[in-house]
Amino acid sequence: MITTTPEPLPAAAASPAARALRRFKANKIGLFALGLVCLLGVVALTFFILDRLGIPWPMDPNATNLERKLMPPDSVNWLGTDNLGRDVFSRLLNGAYISLTVGFVAVFVSLSIGVTVGAVAGYFGKWVDNLIMRVVDAIMCFPTFFLILTAVALVGPSIFNIIIVIGLVSWTGTARLVRAEFLTLRESAYVQAARALGQRGPKIIFRHLLPNAAAPILVTAVLGVPEAILAEAGLSFLGFGVQPPQATWGNIIADGKTYILDAWWLILFPGLAILLAALSFYLTGDALRQAVETRSERQ
Amino acid sequence: MTAFIIRRLLISIVLLFFISLISFFIITLTPGSPYPWGELNPKVSEDVKRIFREKFHLDRPLHEQYGFIMRDLFTGELRSIKDERPVLQKIAERLPATLVLNLGALALSLSFGLMLGVYGARYAGRPPDVITSILAFVFIALPGFWVSYLLAIGLVNYAAVPILGTHTIGVTFANGLEVFLDRWWHVMLPASILAIGGIAVQSRFIRASMIETLREDYIRTARAKGLDENAVFYRHALRNSVRPLITGIGMLLPALIGGAVIIENIFAYPGMGRLGYEAVLERDYPTLVALNFVTAALVLLGNLLADVLYAVVDPRVRLE
Repeated sequence: MITTTPEPLPAAAASPAARALRRFKANKIGLFALGLVCLLGVVALTFFILDRLGIPWPMDPNATNLERKLMPPDSVNWLGTDNLGRDVFSRLLNGAYISLTVGFVAVFVSLSIGVTVGAVAGYFGKWVDNLIMRVVDAIMCFPTFFLILTAVALVGPSIFNIIIVIGLVSWTGTARLVRAEFLTLRESAYVQAARALGQRGPKIIFRHLLPNAAAPILVTAVLGVPEAILAEAGLSFLGFGVQPPQATWGNIIADGKTYILDAWWLILFPGLAILLAALSFYLTGDALRQAVETRSERQ
Repeated sequence: MTAFIIRRLLISIVLLFFISLISFFIITLTPGSPYPWGELNPKVSEDVKRIFREKFHLDRPLHEQYGFIMRDLFTGELRSIKDERPVLQKIAERLPATLVLNLGALALSLSFGLMLGVYGARYAGRPPDVITSILAFVFIALPGFWVSYLLAIGLVNYAAVPILGTHTIGVTFANGLEVFLDRWWHVMLPASILAIGGIAVQSRFIRASMIETLREDYIRTARAKGLDENAVFYRHALRNSVRPLITGIGMLLPALIGGAVIIENIFAYPGMGRLGYEAVLERDYPTLVALNFVTAALVLLGNLLADVLYAVVDPRVRLE
């Protein structure tokens, strides 16, 4: 997944990345989940582009049709219509990119912070480490979702703000992980050797420590995406997500909950979309974790 | 032992300080109007804004604002913008309901998580393990609000499970036991939904820890003695799950309390999460500061208790 080798080498000579790739390929659940993730990405991108080009397909997600409001799924509206007669299927496809954008970009933000903070703490150690880790511990005491909700409500809900806030709140796990990796790697022979050769901090961090911690960082990144997707869905549900008329999976459910006993399709389908998206990322991430874990190899 | 507890207490005080700083900074450093009304609302005169700023010390430099808020918080003088009642009193009213809901969800997460995780580890790598693993990820990926609505439709239509509030309204019960049962009957559904993700996270955690433990030397010794696999597994290995169980408390609590914001809203459950959501809607920032601070402090307290409990249970900790 990370790097590919031109042709499979014999097991003994294969690089760790190649071995990880081989193990990942052997994991059917992981491959299937990765396939779903890719499909989701393609769908989100396609309908984002269609929307920007002004091509309403299968229907305009924001076109209202009050003659056909709250229609159950049929041959015209495959997943039914909402209280304004908007096509739920089109809105689901149109909202896909919101979830994925929030997922990926928020993870990028949280990784940038987490890796930097963790690297500083792990590399410098001593009181720097102590201070940073106490702050991390303190942040970890906060109820994550409530913290995100508070911040988003105060800054004002927009896709940009939501991404930044989720990113700012969820970096602590990565920081802890990177710090732990660095503390171990720091003592390894090759880092000692690099130091003996006179290499300085930044070079050691970027050339030796980070590449060797890349695998677990990648795993947390993949596992972070569904967390962000679920957080965004929760915010949307409470009315603090990306604002209407833009459809998001969370706000379709939020709008639909009023008609819960008459229009089950307004609740069921967007929720399935969230579940499927989050699940495929979790399963991919877990397969990736199993593939890069060197521990099981030694046994 | 005493030294351990004292050390943990000192660390907790440092953490509490950071927690207070963070809860303060979320409110003050976020851009946007500090007023509960719109910045450009023409009906609000400059005088009103000035009085508001003075009343909540918003005209002072940041470090003084922090001092004022913390002083008011600890003396119980911090008042809500909405109804001017002391924030701590508002929180205290909601605390029992919140504790019942979250501790209920915590108990469910730990117990079912333990069962699911131990079951997975027992069959590691084999079909039962694969199935429980996928199930765990489905649980983690389930949006709680969605499950709530799906269950609510089903339960309202087909069963008499209550889906609103903490107790049956308008009914006088004969004795305390019935009141108690009525409360639990009401909290059961929200607590179960809240616990879904926790069960899954905890089961993954327990499973990994069990598999790790099974590689220890003492397990090999137990097997070499000729003990049968069930005895090795349930008597020797399972004991070590105390550690992930206790760490689980610290991991799960923040997620539970955060998740409760949504669940409490759906089930009209008068806990701190609902108070928080109302405060968010009204931009009632003294309440928000206090709520963030109090919940984080509660989590810290939970962790501290868990650590001490752990030291009592596991003699190795005391040596550290």
